[in-house]
Amino acid sequence: MSNLSVLYDAPGPRAKARNIIYSVVFVVLLGLTLWWVLDIMADKNQLAGEKWSPFVTDGRVWTTYLIPGLLNTLKAAALSIVIALPLGALFGLARLSDHRWVRVPAGTVVEFFRAIPVLLMMFFANAAYAQFTDISSDLRPLYAVVTGLVLYNASVIAEIVRAGILSLPSGQTDAAKAIGMRKGQIMVYVLLPQAVTAMLPALVSQLVVIVKDTALGGALLGYMELLSQVRLITANYGANTIAAFTVIALIFVVLNYLLTSFASWVEGRIRRGKRSTGAVLHADTNTEMEFDEPHVVPQARKE
Amino acid sequence: MFDFLDSGQYDVLGAFWVTVQLAVYSAIGSLVWGTVLAAMRVSPVPLMRAFGTAYVNVVRNTPLTVIILAASLGLFQTLGITLAGGSDFEVIGFRLAVLGLIAYHATFVCEALRSGINTVPVGQAEAARALGLSFFQVLFLIVLPQAFRSVVAPLANVLIALTKNTTVAAAIGVAEAAALMKTMIEYESDAIFLVSAMFAFGFVVLTLPTGMLLGWVSKRVAVKR
Repeated sequence: MSNLSVLYDAPGPRAKARNIIYSVVFVVLLGLTLWWVLDIMADKNQLAGEKWSPFVTDGRVWTTYLIPGLLNTLKAAALSIVIALPLGALFGLARLSDHRWVRVPAGTVVEFFRAIPVLLMMFFANAAYAQFTDISSDLRPLYAVVTGLVLYNASVIAEIVRAGILSLPSGQTDAAKAIGMRKGQIMVYVLLPQAVTAMLPALVSQLVVIVKDTALGGALLGYMELLSQVRLITANYGANTIAAFTVIALIFVVLNYLLTSFASWVEGRIRRGKRSTGAVLHADTNTEMEFDEPHVVPQARKE
Repeated sequence: MFDFLDSGQYDVLGAFWVTVQLAVYSAIGSLVWGTVLAAMRVSPVPLMRAFGTAYVNVVRNTPLTVIILAASLGLFQTLGITLAGGSDFEVIGFRLAVLGLIAYHATFVCEALRSGINTVPVGQAEAARALGLSFFQVLFLIVLPQAFRSVVAPLANVLIALTKNTTVAAAIGVAEAAALMKTMIEYESDAIFLVSAMFAFGFVVLTLPTGMLLGWVSKRVAVKR
């Protein structure tokens, strides 16, 4: 169903009136909820101007807390994706191997790390680094966060790579075989370059997941990323919890929204492009979720 | 080997029971709220469509950790919202965690459902409208039942992700599996491999059968076209 308005007729006079009534009721309900929240906030003195104004008037709250926190978030995310990409590609290709002794262990590892929560891996990495290495305790949270994120996301990327290669039309392999290429050559010269384009949207979406998961390190491992700045800001700017959370959530939303939009822009470009086979993994296939074979994921409506 | 369990100071099964409870309540809640959001996003009222889109885009892009911490530090400790009263910190933390999990995962349910609606042939809705059914009847009697059948697999993935994401509740002191693992790893530092393997195994036991069972269900109920 490409056009959702198929669910209802073009509104006549009565439907129009009814829609207006629904709108009014909806606005009133929404307004009441909002008023209730604002009322409680005013009651607890969270609406006071001095709780919100530092974010606009005082540059130090940005230079001391928010921007360093954001940079730490980006640092952990960038390190994770850079390490997880080759690792994931390796495992993804291993799962496609013709040899059973390569395929099965790789599959087991990937399935195992996808089945357990990323937080468990962070806890484990943190404890293991503390016990077996002499990484200074300042750096340990970063190492633990990146290790946890790499283990989890490498296994997700392995699935993306596998699905990316499987999404290519079989004629590509057939043609390459017909001109006498060997297995390795088919993979390196024919399949991988096309699969990378097909995977790009899904990979960018995975970056969103990584950025979101760095917040775990801030809340539970003491990594000084964006979220953990809430505590410092509320301690220094007069218990402005709501304001601090709102600003930090907004920064996350804007950052991730930009990444998501970029992913769908890339996807659209590939879909419209004439030079590729048009095979593409939908950007949403893996958002935070486990991964399925591309053909069972229903395609979302394109706006 | 498992002698640290004999002392009886760690209730591993109890912790996993809290995880399961978190997952079940949140799953039911996000299924309901996600369906409502999906209905809003395809409704004929532009305002509701706008609200649905805005909600999904904002909440989906916020880290779950931020949502759950904001529920605890913001809603409870600053604004004093306890959700149905009581003063037991544990119980309130549990409720807030469920609230956060519902708010977050409903967006994924909504998106899965919306793509499921796209798989229903146009003729179904057209035929329903030709019979004179209203929007609600078209949606809830004709389109959504078929859409649900085609999105069992994506919804199963949401459920699995939800089960794993319950660990985030450890951030606000809910005594579930990840919180217990953190404590045990601290006090049983000579057995971190064993402790970690045990908790990893627990989650594998929770998620793998769910995936397999629902994978089988999705094949059975899928509409053959």
